[in-house]
Amino acid sequence: MAELDTSSGGGKKGGKVRSKKASTRVDLTAMVDLAFLLITFFMLTTTLAKPKAMDVTMPDKDEKVKDELAVAASRSMTILLGSNNKVEWFIGEPGKTPPETTSYGKDGLRKVLIENGEKVQQSTGKYMTVLIKPSDKSNYKNVVDVLDEMNITKVQSYAIVDITPGEVELLKRDGNY
Amino acid sequence: MPRVKVARKSTSIDMTAMCDVAFLLLTFFILTAKPRTEDPVQVDIPASSIEQPVPDDNMLMLTVGEGKVFFSVDGNDIRKQTLIQMGEKYKINFTPEEQIKFSGLPVFGVPIAQLKGFLALEPDQRKEFKQPGIPRDTTNNNELSDWIREARKADVALHNKSLRISIKGDNKEEYPVIKDVITVFQKQKINKFNLVTTLRAAPKK
Repeated sequence: MAELDTSSGGGKKGGKVRSKKASTRVDLTAMVDLAFLLITFFMLTTTLAKPKAMDVTMPDKDEKVKDELAVAASRSMTILLGSNNKVEWFIGEPGKTPPETTSYGKDGLRKVLIENGEKVQQSTGKYMTVLIKPSDKSNYKNVVDVLDEMNITKVQSYAIVDITPGEVELLKRDGNY
Repeated sequence: MPRVKVARKSTSIDMTAMCDVAFLLLTFFILTAKPRTEDPVQVDIPASSIEQPVPDDNMLMLTVGEGKVFFSVDGNDIRKQTLIQMGEKYKINFTPEEQIKFSGLPVFGVPIAQLKGFLALEPDQRKEFKQPGIPRDTTNNNELSDWIREARKADVALHNKSLRISIKGDNKEEYPVIKDVITVFQKQKINKFNLVTTLRAAPKK
């Protein structure tokens, strides 16, 4: 492959004096070594896993115009994000229904979301609205986790809202703040 | 008994095919390589099940880590224009040399009063320098919101596009810092933005 055909054509005997032909075969070992070294370098420096972008839409916060839509308490679910990766949730208005503490992930929040979503759908015929209220003790990962759960459980309407002092009290009472 | 003679073969292998493959792969990796921008602070981005990739250009990214906010925007021309507009606003005159230096700076996080000194540093020193982050107090016109506004204006003026805004936050970042940034966005009526995440290793179903 890497050599040229240097054999003399035919078997002439006692012909002309031929100059000795050197083999044109090149030793490719060093070249291959170099190529693999560079491959290794580029493989290690490229980022194959591209970061992903999660779309977030915040409710319009206009200081002058108040155009808040009232949501029936029966189909609104509030999720309070506390400290130490703990999360509390309740349906309806704060104080009226006792909040429950759960964890993130498929056995905690996801189950709760799916169950309550179905319940609300059956009883009112409309979809559930979820209010996400991160407290000051929660971290960024918690917020992303909750938003991810919304995408997984296909909750149609959700919003990130500021937490109220009353809800902070609830978290404090349950030791999640 | 005649001895069985083992024919001696040459041990040299034909490397051509191997060489071809190696260079093919090399070309592929060189062409797909994109220089990684070094973050000034360690940022461990959270995982999610979203599969929509981050857009390649026309991005304004705020890196949040250790309670500090760092600013980066794509495009050298936009960076330069943003700096000129910010200079006008804060009555700081940046020399053309500083403008060129700034346009090559992928990410930074210093108050504008310190920016001149920061640009004067050598690239090595700049890496070592502990950047304090961009100030983001709760007043209506803080520096962070000015940077974002000027960058958006510059993008509209130069490319007639609206910047895509995204937050790249650290897992352990406390929520109040993120809330500050979101508040800045909302004051400028940016109600749609992105959070940068990685793909979760195995989607749990």
